Amino acid sequence: MTKINDFVVRFANVNGTGSASANSMFAKAIFRMGVPVTPKNIFPSNIQGLPTWYEVRVSEKGYLGRREGIDLMVSVNPQSMMKDVESVRSGGYFIYDSTKPLHKEYIREDITYLGIPLMGICMEQYTDPRQRQLFKNIIYVGALSALLDIEFTVLEQLLAEQFKGKEKLVALNVQALQLGVKYVQENFTFPLEIRVERRDLVGKRILFDGNGACGLGAVYAGATVAAWYPITPSTSVVEKFEKYAKKFRTDKVTGEKNFAIVQAEDELAAIGMVVGANWNGARSFTATSGPGVSLMNEFLGLGYFAEIPAVLIDVQRTGPSTGMPTRTQQSDITVSAYASHGDTKHVLLFPSNPKDCFELTADAFDLAERLQTPIIVLTDLDLGMNDHMSEPFEWNPERKYDRGKVYTAEDLENMGRFGRYLDSDGDGIPYRTYPGTHPTKGSYFTRGTSRDEYAVYTEDSAVYVKNMQRLEKKWDTAKEIVPKPYFYQEKNMSPLGVIFFGTSTYSSEEAIDLLREQDVVLDAMQLKSFPFNKEVEQFIEDHEVVFVIEQNRDAQMRSLLVNELEINPKKLIRVLNYDGMPITADKIVKEISKNLVTN
Amino acid sequence: MTYVRPTFRHPDLPKNNINFTKKDYEGALSTLCAGCGHDSISGAIAQACFELSVEPHRIAKLSGIGCSSKTPAYFLGNSHGFNTVHGRMPSVATGAYLANRDLLYFGVSGDGDSASIGMGQFVHAIRRNLNMVYLVMNNGCYGLTKGQDSATADNGSKSKAGSVNPFNAIDLVGLSMELGATFVARSFSGDKAQLIPLIKAAIKHPGFAFIDVISPCVTFNNNVGSTKSYDYVREHIEATSTVDFVPIMEEITADYEDGKEITLHDGSALQLQKLHQGWNPEDKLSAMIALQNAKDKGEILTGLVYIDPNTNALHDVLQTTQTPLNILKEDILCPGIDALEALNESLR
Repeated sequence: MTKINDFVVRFANVNGTGSASANSMFAKAIFRMGVPVTPKNIFPSNIQGLPTWYEVRVSEKGYLGRREGIDLMVSVNPQSMMKDVESVRSGGYFIYDSTKPLHKEYIREDITYLGIPLMGICMEQYTDPRQRQLFKNIIYVGALSALLDIEFTVLEQLLAEQFKGKEKLVALNVQALQLGVKYVQENFTFPLEIRVERRDLVGKRILFDGNGACGLGAVYAGATVAAWYPITPSTSVVEKFEKYAKKFRTDKVTGEKNFAIVQAEDELAAIGMVVGANWNGARSFTATSGPGVSLMNEFLGLGYFAEIPAVLIDVQRTGPSTGMPTRTQQSDITVSAYASHGDTKHVLLFPSNPKDCFELTADAFDLAERLQTPIIVLTDLDLGMNDHMSEPFEWNPERKYDRGKVYTAEDLENMGRFGRYLDSDGDGIPYRTYPGTHPTKGSYFTRGTSRDEYAVYTEDSAVYVKNMQRLEKKWDTAKEIVPKPYFYQEKNMSPLGVIFFGTSTYSSEEAIDLLREQDVVLDAMQLKSFPFNKEVEQFIEDHEVVFVIEQNRDAQMRSLLVNELEINPKKLIRVLNYDGMPITADKIVKEISKNLVTN
Repeated sequence: MTYVRPTFRHPDLPKNNINFTKKDYEGALSTLCAGCGHDSISGAIAQACFELSVEPHRIAKLSGIGCSSKTPAYFLGNSHGFNTVHGRMPSVATGAYLANRDLLYFGVSGDGDSASIGMGQFVHAIRRNLNMVYLVMNNGCYGLTKGQDSATADNGSKSKAGSVNPFNAIDLVGLSMELGATFVARSFSGDKAQLIPLIKAAIKHPGFAFIDVISPCVTFNNNVGSTKSYDYVREHIEATSTVDFVPIMEEITADYEDGKEITLHDGSALQLQKLHQGWNPEDKLSAMIALQNAKDKGEILTGLVYIDPNTNALHDVLQTTQTPLNILKEDILCPGIDALEALNESLR
C-alpha cells in the first residue's frame, strides 16, 4: 500500500559518529518540501560509543507527536541490530550495511531488506578514516533521497547553506549523496511504497528546538544576568542565550557586553546568583533540570517569602533521582509547585512548542517582576532538545518590559515612610526599591526571617499571620494575570473533557481526532499556567468526566488540580505515560477507550 | 545586651566630606550578647565608611545566617541589606555585583557560614574575584545553637562544656591566599586601631578583599582552654605590622621608617610600619611562609598578610559594559523585530 507523506523513519547510529547532522539534513529536506516533520533524538547518556537513534515522523496531516511503528529503519549500528529489526512494523523496510552479509538471525519474512554496502563504498572512495566514517552517513541520506523521492536539489541547497563559503566541502558532500543515489538506481526498484511528495503544508513555520527558543526569549525579555550549572537536558538554554546575547548585545565599538553569564559551582549557587541579581534590579534567570530543582528548593523558598523575582527554566527529564538523564518526562510538577519548606507556592508556566517557549520565557520575566516571586517555566527534554515545527516567533515592537512596582528616588523623596511589605494597592503586591536609589530613604533589610510591613524582624504571631495572608492575596492576584488556558472549542459539545499541557499536546490533539473518528467527542483544554484560573475550574465543573493526560507515574497535574480546586478525585481520570519516551496518540486513545468501556 | 540607645546626638557632631555624621552610618540596635566582639566589628565598619565618606546608600550589605550574619542590621541603616540563607551569601553577592557594578559590596559572614556550610560558595567567590569586601567574624563556634565547635576551632581547643576539639582547623586566611585572593588580612575585634584602616583599604581594593576577624564569643567560647577567647588571643597575637590608611589627596605625614607604603588602585595609600622580619605583603610566598611560621609557633598573625593592588575583578574578566546592567532599557536589550524576522527566515 502506497503511503505518501505518512510514515516513520528511524536511524540507528553509534553515538559520536557524526550521524546527527546527516540525519537532521534528512528531516529538514522533507520540511523544505512543504511536508510536516517531527524529528526526535533518542540518545544515551554517553559521549561516544553507545547506540543512539534518530526518528523522523512525516505527517501530511501535521501530527507532530511521536508514533509507534517504524516504517523504515536505517540500521548502521550492529550493537542494536536485533532490537532494530524487531522494531520495524510488518511490511516495513530495513536498510543495512551489506558490506558483510546479514546474519540469518536478523531475517524476518514480513519486512523488505535493502542492503547497501556503505562501508565498502567508503573504503573504495576515501582513504582518510575520518572521511570514511562521516561520508557513510551522507551516502545513506543520498540513498534515502532516491528511495523516498526526496528532491535532490533541496539536499544540495541545504549543504550549500550549511557549508557556506567552503565550496570544496559542499562538493565532497554532494558527491557522497550521489554515491547513495547511484547505488539505489543500479540495484533497487524505487521509489518505495512509502515516499515524500511536495506539498504546501508548512507555510511560514520554522523548525527549531525549545531550549534555543527559551534562550532567545530571555534575550528579547531583557535578561542581563544568567547563572547556571550544566545539566542535561537544559544545557543548551544558556548556551543559546549566550549565542544570541553575543550577537545582539555586544557593543560594536567597545566590544563590551550588555549581559553577564556565570557558570556557577552548582545549582544552589546558580539560583543564588539569580536571586541576588534580581534583588539588585537586573533581570536574571537560570536553567536546570529536576535534580537542579531539588537543589534550588532553599532559594525558591527565600524568593517566595522575601519576595524576590526570579526566572527558572526547568527542562524536565526522567526522574526520580538521576533517573534516565536523556529521556523525557513531565514529572517535576509537584516539586516545582510547592518547592521548599513551609507554606510555599510557585507560579508555573507550561510551553508546548518552540513559539510558546519563546513567549512564555519572555512573559516569565514580566510576571516575576510584577508578582515579585520566582516563576518556573516547565518544559521538557522532548521539547527542549528536539527540533519542532512551530509557528514563527513574533514580538510586538511596542512591548515594554513590565518591571513591576518599584519606587524611584523621586517617588521616595515625595512620600512618607517607605514600607517594603505594605499592601498599598490591595492586591497583595508591595513596592520595592533597588539598592542605591536614595541617600536617606527606601533602604531596607531583606531577609528570609519573619518581618513586619517595614521589613523589621518580628516574631509577633499576628504580624506573621497578616503577612502570610497578604502572600495568599498575591497568589489570588497571580490567578488573574497568568496566561489563560487554551480551549479547542468555542462551546462545550460533550460531557467528556480532556486536559493536557506541554509536549503532551501534540499527541493529545491527534488522539482527539482519532477518537472522533470512533464517534467519541471530547472537549479539550490546554493548560498554560499554574495557579489555575477560574476558566480551568469552570471547564472541569462543566464536564462529567475529565481525562488528564500527562507524562509521569503519579498523575501529578491531576493531584494539583484536585488539591488546588478541591475537585472530587473520581471525576478526573488519569491518562499516563512515563517510560521516558514521548507519549503517543495510540496510547492516549487506548487509555481513554478503556475507561469509556468501564464507565 | 543594650536595650536602650539614646536617640539624642550632639548637634555639632563632626561631619565627613560629604556632610554625613557618624549617626548616618549607624544601624538598628544590636540584639547580640553584651560584650560580643561582633558589635565592635560593626562599629569599625561604620567608622571606616564614615571616615572614607562613602555614601551610605551606595553600599549593599550581604550576609548568610548566624550571629555574624545578623550584624548588617546593626550598622549602615541607610544601606540596603540582604540576610540570605545559610552559607549562600557569596552567590547572592555575585548576582548583586553582576547586576550593578557601581555599588560597594560588603559581605559579612561567620566561621560556620563560610568554613562549613558555605565553603563551596566562599571558595568560588574568591576564585571569581568579585569586587567586594568579605569579612568573616570568626569565633570558632556556633553561637546561635549554643556553642558547638565550628570548622575553624583549633585542634585541642576546649569548649565551655569542657570537651576538646579533636579536628584540625580550617585556616581561612591561608585558604584565601591559596585561591588567589588579592587582599588578605586578619585582625582582632578588640583591636580597632588595626581593624579600621584594614577595612578602609579593603573597600578601596578593586577585587576580592578578605578579612578574617577573630571575634571571641563571650557566651560560649571565652573560657580557659579555648584558643579563641579574649585572653588567649591577646596573649598570642602577633601583628605583622601596624597599619595606617591614607586616602588619596591627603598629605602623607607619618614616619614609616622600617616600613612600607603600598599605593592602592585609586591612588590612596596603605602604610605598614615595623614590618615582621622577612615578610613582604606584596610577595605571596613570603606571606605564606610567615603564616605557616606563626601557626607552628602558636601565634595568631594579624594585619595585612598579602596584597596585590593590581587585579582584574569579575566584570573586567567578563568584559561587561561600564553601565550597571540593572539600568539598561529595551533599546539596548531587545534586538527588535527585524532581527527576529531574519532569525525566523534562517530556521525555515
